[in-house]
Amino acid sequence: MKEQTLRYIADLGSYIRMLWHVIKDLASVRLPWAPTRQQILNIGLNSLPIILLTALFTGMVLALQTAYGMQRFGAKMYVGNVTSLAMIRELGPVLTALMLCGRVGAGIAAEIASMVATEQVDAIRVLGANPIRKLVTPRVAGAIIVMPVLCIIANIIGIYGGGLMAVLELNLSAQSYYNSILQTVLIRDLVDGLIKTTIFGFLVVSIACWKGLHTRGGTVGVGNTTTSAVVTGSVVILISDFFITKFLLLL
Amino acid sequence: MKGVIDTSSRCMPTPVAANIERPAVAEIRRVGMKFGKTEVHRNISLSIHRGEGVTILGPSGTGKTLILKMIAGLLTPTRGEVLVFGSDITSATEAELLAVRARIGFLFQGAALFDSLTVFENIAYPLREIGETDEDKLIALVAEELQRVGLEGIENKLPSQLSGGQKKRVALARALIRRPEMVLFDEPTTGLDPTATRLIDDLILALQKEFGLTTIAVTHDIASARRISKRWILIDSGVVIADGPADEISDHCQNVKNFISGNWKDL
Repeated sequence: MKEQTLRYIADLGSYIRMLWHVIKDLASVRLPWAPTRQQILNIGLNSLPIILLTALFTGMVLALQTAYGMQRFGAKMYVGNVTSLAMIRELGPVLTALMLCGRVGAGIAAEIASMVATEQVDAIRVLGANPIRKLVTPRVAGAIIVMPVLCIIANIIGIYGGGLMAVLELNLSAQSYYNSILQTVLIRDLVDGLIKTTIFGFLVVSIACWKGLHTRGGTVGVGNTTTSAVVTGSVVILISDFFITKFLLLL
Repeated sequence: MKGVIDTSSRCMPTPVAANIERPAVAEIRRVGMKFGKTEVHRNISLSIHRGEGVTILGPSGTGKTLILKMIAGLLTPTRGEVLVFGSDITSATEAELLAVRARIGFLFQGAALFDSLTVFENIAYPLREIGETDEDKLIALVAEELQRVGLEGIENKLPSQLSGGQKKRVALARALIRRPEMVLFDEPTTGLDPTATRLIDDLILALQKEFGLTTIAVTHDIASARRISKRWILIDSGVVIADGPADEISDHCQNVKNFISGNWKDL
């Protein structure tokens, strides 16, 4: 038990040290732009289809469930208000991050873990480069840049899905649905959601990179690392979501 | 693991005087290495001098590759000192390690070529890292190294399009492009056919003769070890149990004779 606790503390220290290197790189003019651009495209394009699909159906089911509950109080017309606020403040950022974790986080962890297993990471160091700068910084930078964009797209599609249900299933007019959104959603809501999603992107990708770099045990280790990166990333998203939300609501 | 070799009877014949007179390029002093509760190295000490061709032998799992990685600054021992080119790298900063690594080439067991880069990009990688941006110069240097390893005209191929032997030779070209003073070989001929093995051995010999490079190899291929090195170091159970001229210790040290003959029963 004591040994395990010490290992967790050591791992946390190692993760924080890695983050410190990444933050120094991000703050410097030495940010490797070419691989960062590649990661923006990689993370953005790879994640877009699954995020679109998830956001669409989440928006649709959210509208249905909201209407089901609200009609008991004769408040079905508030479907647009609830759906848009829930998507922009909570579901858009969290779902985008969870999808990124499953799709991109797993890929990053597996890719870097394979590089460790085949000694390519050692080769990077021997050849005079820093693996954090080469492998981690461009991926984290790419996630930070692309996540807000993905989140905005998820918000729009989710709200559109809710609108589809409002019009087709709940007999509300499109006009009243969108008016209710405009009356409810503030710029502040959008900004809070984007702050959350950016932090989630940073956490998911940095955790996946750290897990990949600390792979042990050859090809079996690659599989374990991938699973661990997705599980840890998802749990961290959900736990940090509470604390970030609490903090943002205090501002 | 029970020791497979009698570690109580160490075999350390007098080293070749000509080698000792040269400066040591890599020294390992009383090194211990533990991974969790597993102690791989108990007390390893050895010294390798400029221009020597050395092979480290020993059963699987005795930490031979760890020694190479310690010399390259990729691993820090649990205790003891590792001096490379006179600097203690166990407490070196990353910048100091970079300066040491610039003088070392490393041929990894699986070649460790970057999958997503072409042969040209792989070989040019170390030069780009030190800021070389002149493409014409890079093209010329890469072509020169490829010619040295006998693989002209494959610059645009990906590692996945190469055979095992070709990958090793491309990795050797990459290790040599910065003109290192010492090259570390981790199982340079493992998995290669006899022709490819001979090619790699000849390349290592050529490096020793033409450039006076220090080479340290880890291998289980005894025939190859005989060709590429004049000095052997045998390790087992976490200590050096034989160290000396290859001919001498393979003829006179019982441990080494048992190792190369495959007679692994407890002595």
